[in-house]
Amino acid sequence: MHIKEEFAERHVLTLTVDNEAGTLARIAGMFTARGYNIDSLTVADISEDHAISRITIVTKGPPQVIDQIIAQCERLVPVHKVTDLTDAGPHVERELALVKVSGAGDKRVEAMRLADIYRARVIDATVSSFIFEITGGPDKIDTFVALMRELGLVEVGRTGIVGLMRGSEAS
Amino acid sequence: MAEKSGADILIEALLAQGVDTVFGYPGGAVLPIYDALFQHPKIRHVLVRHEAGAAHAAEGYARSTGKPGVVLVTSGPGATNAVTGIADAFMDSIPMICLTGQVATNLIGSDAFQEADTIGITRHCTKHNYLVKDPSELGAVVAEAFHIATQGRPGPVVIDIPKNVQVATAEFDRHGVNAAKRYAPAGEADFAAITQAVELLAKAKAPILYTGGGIINSGPDASAALRELAALSGAPVTSTLMGLGSFPASDQQWLGMLGMHGTYEANMAMNQCDVMLCLGARFDDRVTGRLDAFSPGSTKIHIDIDRSSINKTVRVDLPIVADVGKAIRQMITIWNSRKLQPQNLDEWWARIKGWRSVGSLNYPASQSEIMPQYAIERLYELTKDKAPIITTEVGQHQMWAAQHFHFDAPNKWLTSGGLGTMGYGLPAAIGAQMGNPDALVIDIAGEASIQMNIQEMGTASQYRLPVKVFILNNEWMGMVRQWQQLTYESRYSNSYSDSLPDFVALAEAYGWKGIRCDDPAKLDDAIAEMLAYDGPVMFDCRVSKEANCFPMIPSGAAHTEMILHSDEVSGTMDDEAKALV
Repeated sequence: MHIKEEFAERHVLTLTVDNEAGTLARIAGMFTARGYNIDSLTVADISEDHAISRITIVTKGPPQVIDQIIAQCERLVPVHKVTDLTDAGPHVERELALVKVSGAGDKRVEAMRLADIYRARVIDATVSSFIFEITGGPDKIDTFVALMRELGLVEVGRTGIVGLMRGSEAS
Repeated sequence: MAEKSGADILIEALLAQGVDTVFGYPGGAVLPIYDALFQHPKIRHVLVRHEAGAAHAAEGYARSTGKPGVVLVTSGPGATNAVTGIADAFMDSIPMICLTGQVATNLIGSDAFQEADTIGITRHCTKHNYLVKDPSELGAVVAEAFHIATQGRPGPVVIDIPKNVQVATAEFDRHGVNAAKRYAPAGEADFAAITQAVELLAKAKAPILYTGGGIINSGPDASAALRELAALSGAPVTSTLMGLGSFPASDQQWLGMLGMHGTYEANMAMNQCDVMLCLGARFDDRVTGRLDAFSPGSTKIHIDIDRSSINKTVRVDLPIVADVGKAIRQMITIWNSRKLQPQNLDEWWARIKGWRSVGSLNYPASQSEIMPQYAIERLYELTKDKAPIITTEVGQHQMWAAQHFHFDAPNKWLTSGGLGTMGYGLPAAIGAQMGNPDALVIDIAGEASIQMNIQEMGTASQYRLPVKVFILNNEWMGMVRQWQQLTYESRYSNSYSDSLPDFVALAEAYGWKGIRCDDPAKLDDAIAEMLAYDGPVMFDCRVSKEANCFPMIPSGAAHTEMILHSDEVSGTMDDEAKALV
């Protein structure tokens, strides 16, 4: 007998939660406890009085598992609202990455040229290195990082994505 | 306003919630609370012998009274010992408040004496938990904790209180507590959806009501409403282990329990029905058997207060998130206002009669030894007039009790269903007896399970609780042995109950009465002797050693593939089946 893998699809969930001690552990731990995947997770408080945070989670699973994930999140007391952006329709996803590249000569010039094409900004420079700041969808960042890998990539830091519904309504 | 200590605020907040009984065990990190409880005129503290006993006793108290059970234990080992009972309450949706002491806030994280990360450990086996860092928060936390534990799908809530927070002072006015409003569970069902449910039920030619513990959690009126709906619709009723008693076992429409050790008629009717109305049950793996073969032709309606129970394992056609008692009342109202009549169900009942005639609960009779099923039957016959509260441990005896003891009312059957905790029954019986001083409370036990919390005999002695422990002693961890016989060619690895204590002598050592019986002809008299004694009794009922619990749906099998008798037992299983629980 072998362990079977299930087909999984990617979903972006956003949660508004009480900004109190342990909320993140409660949510992240629930994913672990029930065997769900977290591809990325971002959290920051978003209300004027610092009482509410928004969490964006990118997860993978079969449709019925995604439905369970949403229900299990909603079951947690500090969770106010869960929106599945992937299901809800048009939405935007953005991520920020810092990309450090080291090199000289043609490679350095080529890195700068590509950064310009990808609208990455230089936020630190030495005679032998750059740190680029790039924002965009995960695909764009993946592609940019892949290009930099050939030109002297040293390290990458990524925030994980945040997302909102398009249009005038709240997510 | 005068300030009060955290410990005094806690006691006042508990009183404001109507708490009169606490199950606990003292220790360093809860000494201020114990001092506040000293000779308290309104709160009775029940001193257990192990914190697991406190948690299970609180469960028994809660399940039998409908009120939340309250536990008080110290930090570190006190809290970790209670975790099994907390997890048990979480799985079986039992309202519980567990107050745990914690080391002082300035010591948290320093590996202090008797420090454990109670919040971290209990995060995923509680409905919610709190670490209270200031006594001024205690009033609101306790109020919200009781609200969360008792409303919606009930469950355990842990409040972890550092020792310095118990000593420090703050202002407190019990009438000035603002209970938080962030937790608002479902109430009535959506009208359109519940109307559709009524229409489906009224049009069904082979309906079944599949009921669960949610009916009992919803309160006594849910059980009353279920009886009315069953009468209106004429549909047969089955129940999960947790729901026994919500529908009277003496009713003609009762099919018995369903699932792995359920009756043939209940499982066949589930498989063959055209409309399944699931009321406060959760399609547990012990109920469904093999999922892809579960009731393939039926339209499934699921009413549950917990949205996450819906479509978790079985996809349903009509999901309704609501309090099941209110939803059934709505169904009755709609049914009556439209003057609906059920379809002619004669053919359906004729098929059920055929399945009933199989006699799936029959067992081989014996003159020479006590069959365990016979022992339960006699216990039932000799106690049913007293409407006893029955608790169980976990294993064969639990299933035999579910099959052969019959319940006509809710809150009389206390068992560890979801977590399956051996050692549940005796402390649960103690909790039930505390909450129902005049009731006959019997723990139907096995000789292996009873040893898991046997220290609680001392608690029953101390509080003069006349609980009866009825041990089906077959000298085996019977369910383990049965599975080894079925799955591992009778290689009985570590399932023999060796070096058993003399239960009668043990009973006497604790100041209990001990009774032993191994003769079916003397069983009735021995049970009568147990019932006549006004204190706690341990009954060592020596039963047939290798009886198996049937009928049985083997793991990985469908409802239609029940093993009815021991001669159908095979000696092994394939790996896919072995991998299932």
